[in-house]
Parts: sequence; structure tokens; C-alpha cells
Amino acid sequence: MMAVNHVVEGIPVAASQLDPESAEWLRVLGRGDQEREAALARLHEMLLRIAQREVQRRGPRLRISGPELEDLAYQAAADALMAITAKLGQFRGESRFTTWAYRFVILEVSHKVGRHFWRFPDVPLDAEDWDRLPDRFGFEPAQESEWRDLLAALRRAVDTELSPRQREAFVALVMNGVPLDALAVRLGSNRNAIYKMMFDARRKLRASLVANGYLTHHTSGRP
Amino acid sequence: MNDWTELDRFLRTDPRDVGCAEAMGVLHVYVDLVATGAPADQRYPGVAAHLRACGPCGEDFEALLEAVRDAAD
Repeated sequence: MMAVNHVVEGIPVAASQLDPESAEWLRVLGRGDQEREAALARLHEMLLRIAQREVQRRGPRLRISGPELEDLAYQAAADALMAITAKLGQFRGESRFTTWAYRFVILEVSHKVGRHFWRFPDVPLDAEDWDRLPDRFGFEPAQESEWRDLLAALRRAVDTELSPRQREAFVALVMNGVPLDALAVRLGSNRNAIYKMMFDARRKLRASLVANGYLTHHTSGRP
Repeated sequence: MNDWTELDRFLRTDPRDVGCAEAMGVLHVYVDLVATGAPADQRYPGVAAHLRACGPCGEDFEALLEAVRDAAD
């Protein structure tokens, strides 16, 4: 009979399918004694180290530093640990346990950074300044005679092709540089929904520019 | 020659793109494949397409990959 680790609330994961380190994590976290407490403390330490590095990396965007940044890292690590223990039964051994666990803290940091963005509400959500777009898309001032019509066509497409919600997202993300996670928080939505809405918006805008001869099907330098 | 590369890159969409939820759902699997040198983009082309196009998910991918590589050092 195949050896099985019975994990918390869980779907059993076949121990024989796991690498030794992941199997050991599941074994100790599935217990209810001091060994589990020690494992949780070790895992928290690992998560905190990752959270600290990530908030440091993303800190300049938040315009916070020092103790506040450290608090954010501690909150992310604590929330990630809580999510990991609650979802231990969902670990199916498709990756190493630590990779699965680290994902939680990375996503926690992203979410908290998005929420933190609005602590300084001087970033306009809906201010429309079309003069920012040339710089946003790397248009050279010396070539203005060439891109002026393209920009006007883009603006027409934004006005005529996008839904009000798509237009709102376009203005916030593209013109005002609001991070996608922060916009999701502001709109009471989530990253996936905002991305999909913008995916459709981008497709519409590109189709319009292609149809009107401003871009071709093969314009991109993308591989 | 006109250079609308940035605009075109922003507007271009890949029909294989799976979106954030699905990409983040398998991010740990994808990262382990990348970390071990396996062709993750061939096994998960829709995830690879998404990570190229989505800034926040791409950043999370890079962060997780770095965490895994640091732990292995």
C-alpha cells in the first residue's frame, strides 16, 4: 500500500511522490505538537525574509520606509503563514513545498502594496492628460509630425471603442500610472478581472489602429 | 522608420494568454520548472504568454524565482 501523508483537512498527498524535504514539511506541519510549532516558526522566518526583500524592492513605489515597511513585511508573512496552514490540504506535490509556500507570501506582498498605494491619495484616478502618452510610449518629440495622427487615432478609439469601465481603467493605468493591483483595490475588483478587462480593451484599440492603417498586423518588435 | 514598438507591445494581445488567476494558480509549478532548467514555457505556453504581458504577475514570477534560487544557494 502506498504511504500517505494525511494533511490538515486534507486531500492526502502520496509521500512517495514528494521530494524528501517537502515530505518532511508535510509530516511535521500535520502534527499537533512542539515539532509543528518549531516548523511553523522556521517557515515564518523564511516567509518573513522573502517579504522583507520584496517590500524593500517595491518600497519606493509606496513612498514608505523604515518601521512601516517592516510592519508590512511582518503582516504579509503572518497572513501568508495563516493561509498556508489553512490550505495545507490543497498542496498536491506539483512543486516543492517551499515553492508552493513562498507563492503565498509573494502574493500577500503584492496585495498589500496595492492597498497601501491609496494611503497617499494624490494620484488621480480619472485625470485625463493625453500629453503624457507620447512619453509613456516612448514617442520622440522630434518625430511628432509622425505620431501626432497616431495619437489622435488612439484617442478616438479610446472614446468610441471602449466601454465606460474599460475607458476608466485605461485612463487610470496608462495615463495616470496607477498600478494594476491598486486599481483593483480601488474598484473593489481583483487583478484577474482588471487584466481581462484591459486585455479586451487593448485588443479593441489595436484592431481599430490596424483597421485605420496606423499599425499593421506585424508592427511589433515582439518575438 | 517609425518606432511605435512600445505602443504596439502594449496593445498586442496573445490569444494563448491564460490571465492572472490561472497563471498565479500554477506559478509555483512553473517556477520550479524554470528553476530546474525545464522548458516551462513549452509545457505552459499560456502562462508564459501571460507572464510576458502582465507586469504584476511578471513581477511576482521574478520574485518567486529569486526566492527559490536563493533558498537553493
